[in-house]
Amino acid sequence: MKEHHLILRVVTKLLVGTIILFAFYVQFHGDFSPGGGFQAGVIMAVAFILYGIVFGLDEVQRVFPPWVVHKLVALGVLVYAGTGVWNMMLGYEFLHYGSFNPEHMSHGQHSGILYVEAGVGITVTGVMVAIYYAFAGRTPRLGDDDW
Amino acid sequence: MIETIINFALFSMLVATALAIVWQDRLFTIIMLSGVFSLLTAMLFVTLDAVDVAFTEAAVGAGISTVLMLGTIALTSRGTKPASRSNALPLLMVVITGAALVYGTLDMPNFGDPAAPANVHLAPHYLTKSIEEIDVPNVVTSILASYRGFDTMGETAVVFAAGIGVLMILSGLHRRRRKVLSREKDTGEKRAEGEDA
Repeated sequence: MKEHHLILRVVTKLLVGTIILFAFYVQFHGDFSPGGGFQAGVIMAVAFILYGIVFGLDEVQRVFPPWVVHKLVALGVLVYAGTGVWNMMLGYEFLHYGSFNPEHMSHGQHSGILYVEAGVGITVTGVMVAIYYAFAGRTPRLGDDDW
Repeated sequence: MIETIINFALFSMLVATALAIVWQDRLFTIIMLSGVFSLLTAMLFVTLDAVDVAFTEAAVGAGISTVLMLGTIALTSRGTKPASRSNALPLLMVVITGAALVYGTLDMPNFGDPAAPANVHLAPHYLTKSIEEIDVPNVVTSILASYRGFDTMGETAVVFAAGIGVLMILSGLHRRRRKVLSREKDTGEKRAEGEDA
């Protein structure tokens, strides 16, 4: 098994870092180009899923343990809703991002969009990886000829 | 002109992929073809200038769901079972639904029609005021995260709920079995209760 799929393993090791970097680009450049939290979350999850497919579930769970993934699923929604509640505590409406910078409403909007997109990205990453773990954890080991 | 040719080519490939999916009976091939179908759809979204949607379709439809489908057939079986009943009734249902959908499109405004209801109510405000109010160049982001921030929170909650649902269905069993095992280890008892499969 170790000597198997040499090209796949080398290419995966090269690609995973690039995929994560691209996910961050999509996440934080969503204001200027296509993309945003949903897409970035999926791309981030793909990096871990690719690693899991090539190196096995145990290896990827050493990097990204299931309990962390499960916490992330809830954390993202909490960040999103927390942004809204924070706005309310600053005396504005729920999710009124202007409250972050009342002198420059548009700057406040930038901060608000950054926070909620981060929340979306975290939840989507968590959910996608968690679903993959749930499926892969029940999968019997398949040989290459079984397909 | 060139756009018509591209659209025609993409739609013909879409139909060809759909027909290939119908005729295949190896699930592995079907899943790969549905990934191709998603990629073609993403390209159609690009020709409609909906790059954000195309991005999502390519990432989710062609990427993640293909992987999850492969995970599913790894758990179940790799071929379709022969149909036990005749296909006449399902075929009739599909034809009627398809005809109803085509009939529905007759009432729809043409693509890009400036007088379409979707283009006269809020869209002009978003397009003209977004730079002033939000100052984010990508209008899709400003609508998604700010104007419609509450909607997007609902969407995030839906993703959350879906993830929790899948986890409860697929890994609840795993958790319970481990608990039973650890209890056995603690008390040193023999396996009293059978592992519920």
